[in-house]
Amino acid sequence: MKAHRRKKLTIIGFIATGLAVAIGLSLYALSNTIDLFFTPSQIAAGEVSDGQRIRIGGMVKEGSVEQSQDSLHVEFVATDYSHDLRVRYDGILPDLFREGQGVVVEGAVANGVFEASRVLAKHDENYMSVEVKAALDAAERDRAMPVMATEGGASGT
Amino acid sequence: MVPELGQFALILAFCLCAMLGTLPLAGAATGNRLWIGLARPLAAGVFVFLSLCMLILGYSFVNDDFTVLFVAQHSNSLLPIQYKLTAIWGGHEGSFLFWTWMLSGWMLSVAIFSKAMPDDFVARVLGIMGIIGAGYTMFMIATSNPFDRVLPLAPADGADLNSALQDIGFIIHPPSLYMGYVGFSVVFAFAIAALLSGRLDSAWARWSRPWANAAWAILTIGIALGSWWAYYELGWGGWWAWDPVENPPMINWLLGTALIHSLAVTEKRGVFKSWTVLLAIMAFAASLLGTFITRSGLLTSVHAFASDPTRGIYILGFLGLVIGGSLLLFALRAPLMKSEFGFGAVSREVFLLANNIILVVASAGILLGTLYPMVYQAVSGGDLISVGPPYFNIIFVPLMSLLVVFLGLGAVSRWKKTSVAYLKQQLMWVAIASVVLGLVLPLALTLEFSIGATLATALGLWIVLGIVQDIRVKTANKATRMEGLKSLAVAYIGMQIAHFGFAVILLGAGLTSMYSIEKSVLLAPGQSVELGHYEFQFEGTEHLSGPNYEAERATFQVLREGRFVRELHPEKRVYVASRTPSTEMAIDAGFTRDLFITLGDERESGAWSMSLYIKPFVRWVWLGAILMALGGVVAVTDKRYRRLKVKTLAKESDTADKADGYQPTAS
Repeated sequence: MKAHRRKKLTIIGFIATGLAVAIGLSLYALSNTIDLFFTPSQIAAGEVSDGQRIRIGGMVKEGSVEQSQDSLHVEFVATDYSHDLRVRYDGILPDLFREGQGVVVEGAVANGVFEASRVLAKHDENYMSVEVKAALDAAERDRAMPVMATEGGASGT
Repeated sequence: MVPELGQFALILAFCLCAMLGTLPLAGAATGNRLWIGLARPLAAGVFVFLSLCMLILGYSFVNDDFTVLFVAQHSNSLLPIQYKLTAIWGGHEGSFLFWTWMLSGWMLSVAIFSKAMPDDFVARVLGIMGIIGAGYTMFMIATSNPFDRVLPLAPADGADLNSALQDIGFIIHPPSLYMGYVGFSVVFAFAIAALLSGRLDSAWARWSRPWANAAWAILTIGIALGSWWAYYELGWGGWWAWDPVENPPMINWLLGTALIHSLAVTEKRGVFKSWTVLLAIMAFAASLLGTFITRSGLLTSVHAFASDPTRGIYILGFLGLVIGGSLLLFALRAPLMKSEFGFGAVSREVFLLANNIILVVASAGILLGTLYPMVYQAVSGGDLISVGPPYFNIIFVPLMSLLVVFLGLGAVSRWKKTSVAYLKQQLMWVAIASVVLGLVLPLALTLEFSIGATLATALGLWIVLGIVQDIRVKTANKATRMEGLKSLAVAYIGMQIAHFGFAVILLGAGLTSMYSIEKSVLLAPGQSVELGHYEFQFEGTEHLSGPNYEAERATFQVLREGRFVRELHPEKRVYVASRTPSTEMAIDAGFTRDLFITLGDERESGAWSMSLYIKPFVRWVWLGAILMALGGVVAVTDKRYRRLKVKTLAKESDTADKADGYQPTAS
């Protein structure tokens, strides 16, 4: 009976340790790896300190994309139609990066300019991360324009 | 007219599912042999009518019937025939039909390959699957009918299949992933049938093991194919991104891995019974949750389909009902599942328990990271965050490393009780050799020390050398080594192949993460760039017309230390119907390294932006997955699972029946 109990205790100990390790690791990991999301208006309002790693989202302003002819350097303006934010990036833009389309950028603010480390464009509706979608929704809400429902599905006759 | 026939077939399939989900279960409970006997024919009937649905939808695609909404949304008259057929799973409605058809395929297999089991047990298994099938078909009829029409104003041409999907990966990845995913509902049905009948002995574990192994092996292949496809199609050189929709299959795979190990313990030693049943329920719940995440639109990603809240609510309701019901049944039957703790503190059981805990913890960690942004948004009142790969790596890498240590120990130790001295004697040299080689090998090959590469190499060798040691010991008593190898059980060989595959994945993943290099540059035709030992010469681009796209095709000469290696042709395509651009990577695949080029865009000067990658050992990730799946398949073929005598079965069910006060209905 005693041996039986000891084994049971060992197993419970095992599980408790496993859980403790898991919770510890998860909380540690989460506290260090989440990226907060901001809109150009929030950045204009000074809600973000320089150098903090964040994500921003908005629309690529028409006519704002300037590509360097001899390097991969590119600059464009991300806007939520109330405030603009200049973005600098060294790298290849995604296939569906276009002026007038939504974009989400990872990076940090430096002297009022956003230094991007990664650019995610809105792909089509089958190809978009949750942050991109939320960013576009936020931008659309800010524009206070009617959002057209584009739900697919059981609308046929 | 034809699509309406599909609609009828779907409704009939629902009716048959509803009968399958009630009559055989009632029959098994009351001992009505007629109703029990209905299970197999009904399962076959469900399969026939769902196959008919698939055929009709395929027919509508091939004939460009754009009056069918689903066809109009996901096809185009220019689409090549192989994509017209596979566009069935290119959108929500069709892929759900495909999913349900897979379920009916598994039902049919259970109906055919279950001769060794008592009829009432088979009736219960098929009945449970019938309930699941009824839920799915009902869902389709109510919220996502693939046969919906756009009448009277049908479009002249379809919107085309998403250009990212027009690829061989799309033809093979979803079917294998779905088949593996859905396969876990078979194991779930076995577990629930066991709970219903009260027959929680080692027999049900033995019956469900081949099914669990098969589903697990197919899921392994499905996930690996998805990773391989993402690697060459998405064009950023990665093979795993911890995307919100990649994660649920991974969670399911981890739980499935825990399940096949736990089933082994339950079969061999008759312990962990309740845990095994709980894992089977959890694995199935994870597959439903994955469906929910993908279909509800709560987390949109690479894989997300057009979202519709009613679908999410339906799936969530179904999830709650099925899982809640299962857990209630589990709680009611808990007293039947007492296992004796007949094993020592150092034994294979304990190591497998550790394996199970680690795998479950890892899947819980991934689930947390996947759902966290959603929860955070709800709690903080709309603040958005993203949880990226760093989080998952912090969780996953240490846990998997720990798992590997236990894997080595568990595989050589014995059931019931193993002495520490024995383990030392078996594994001491393995441990020393893997640590020493882990330190020396990467250092000798690259001339620089990297803790990650050392860890990966040492852990990989720990598994591989452990396998060598174990096989050496197991074949030592035979006259010749060959004879010894022949005497090994088939299931044992399967296990060792799968473990070896795991080591290969680990080495591939570890080394490619450590040693990959990349460079993004702007090159004019005639220019070249060096990366690692290689030189890439950009020769220029030419225009090309495909069946449904226009493309710029670039030519690269790749040289290694001045010697020509091969010519590579990355492309930039624009699909005609949807006007979407798409980048086609050029990859020179190799056993020890991949060379990888993706094109950016053309500048006014005629120069192109591009990214070049060298990815050592990346193939090993998929090679390892293939080996793991192979191991699973080999284990399924073990004759032990089919050689069961009816007599022994009868005896086993008798003892179970006594425990339950249940009257046997089939002999």
